[in-house]
Amino acid sequence: MIPLTQIEAEIGAIAGAHAAAAERLLALAEAVLEHWVAARGGDPTGEQVEGFRLLALHRQGARGVPSFNACRETCREIAYHYNLLRLEPDAGQEERRRRMMVMLTMHLALFVSGKMQIEGLGEFCCASRPLRTETNH
Amino acid sequence: MKTEYKRVAYYPGCALEGTGHAYNKSTREVGKALGLGLEEVKNWNCCGAMEVKNVDPKVQTYLSSRVMSIAANEMGATVVMAPCNGCYHNLKKAEHELAHDASSREAVERISKNAGHPAYRAGQVETIHALDWIKDGIGEEELKRRVGNSLKGLRIANYYGCMYTRPRHIFPEKDQGPGSESTSKPHFMDDLLAAAGAGNVDFPLKTACCGGAHVLSDSDTSTKLVLNILRAAEAAGADVIATECPTCHSGLEMHQVRAEKVLGEKTKVRMLYFTQLLGIALGLSPRKLSVHENVSDGIELLREKGLA
Repeated sequence: MIPLTQIEAEIGAIAGAHAAAAERLLALAEAVLEHWVAARGGDPTGEQVEGFRLLALHRQGARGVPSFNACRETCREIAYHYNLLRLEPDAGQEERRRRMMVMLTMHLALFVSGKMQIEGLGEFCCASRPLRTETNH
Repeated sequence: MKTEYKRVAYYPGCALEGTGHAYNKSTREVGKALGLGLEEVKNWNCCGAMEVKNVDPKVQTYLSSRVMSIAANEMGATVVMAPCNGCYHNLKKAEHELAHDASSREAVERISKNAGHPAYRAGQVETIHALDWIKDGIGEEELKRRVGNSLKGLRIANYYGCMYTRPRHIFPEKDQGPGSESTSKPHFMDDLLAAAGAGNVDFPLKTACCGGAHVLSDSDTSTKLVLNILRAAEAAGADVIATECPTCHSGLEMHQVRAEKVLGEKTKVRMLYFTQLLGIALGLSPRKLSVHENVSDGIELLREKGLA
């Protein structure tokens, strides 16, 4: 697997050739989620959800870790921007969309790499793990 | 419109008495200007935030339930409004736990008895966010009629954070079709600010993580996440990021400063609470809305845009 730091560096450097950039960004986003799944002892899935392996990997990564859903919409936005760049290449907004897809992919990389260092990241919201569950109230 | 939202029990929560004071002030002022009544929950306590529930989730459920119990049993309220995403989230979560989990009900009954007040029962009150309060208590059409200082020319990225919509199961009223809020693409803040004349930009990171629990600590991870959100807002063409959560707001402001100091990355986009923006549109002064209390310098931007 490509190291996460290298993935982040490559995301930040992607420019030009919009269709190719979209393909590469999607592949890098998948590579980020592969790190998360593998770090938790899983075998990254090759399946797809709604036509995207990225969404299947997210679903796999969130299994048993509800706070991983903090990046659910980011993954869906990456898929959406991929579709825009691939299916509407002449819409006149390619540059803006490519930049946005770069930032979305970067956000996913930052979130996942952060979560691998600070497990609590994203856990304010919905998935705090109790330190103890049996108590006398 | 929901007439029951015309007067609600107000639960500001701890953040709105500290870092989010400007949100508290502007929420009260906007309510006053719109004729929406607020009665602060008497002797309210912390909702349990993140600290308590990490130690014992049932104590967190109790703490949130006590707020709702006071509103229902001592004040006779049917609606509790919480502007803070954390408080809103925790009250909704407690409501869900009490409706679906017998052990949570037993714990809350036991602790409430020891504390000497009636236990909250699921369904006694409806917990809403400040966005619901204005959207369904006044609505866009009435808001448009009252706008005297249109936000026209102001380009806004609406940032909801993740607690407002996640996890889906504690928000059964969302994703219910036209008129309801969406958990995947929330739009209530967009709707209200559009009614106030602002131009909303397409902002794909509107529910992205800002570093959550670590956003107020000195964390490089949070700074990088926030910086990416700020850059994305600027790339989308926004002058302002509108916020509806004191934790997100503080995080965006503080890490904007830190990103410049530590990473040498300067961003120009400003942060304002959506209630401050609505207040400006309603003709209230920036001072009355505590814009001067923000770390991010919104006054200068509002002057540039002819709004102050």
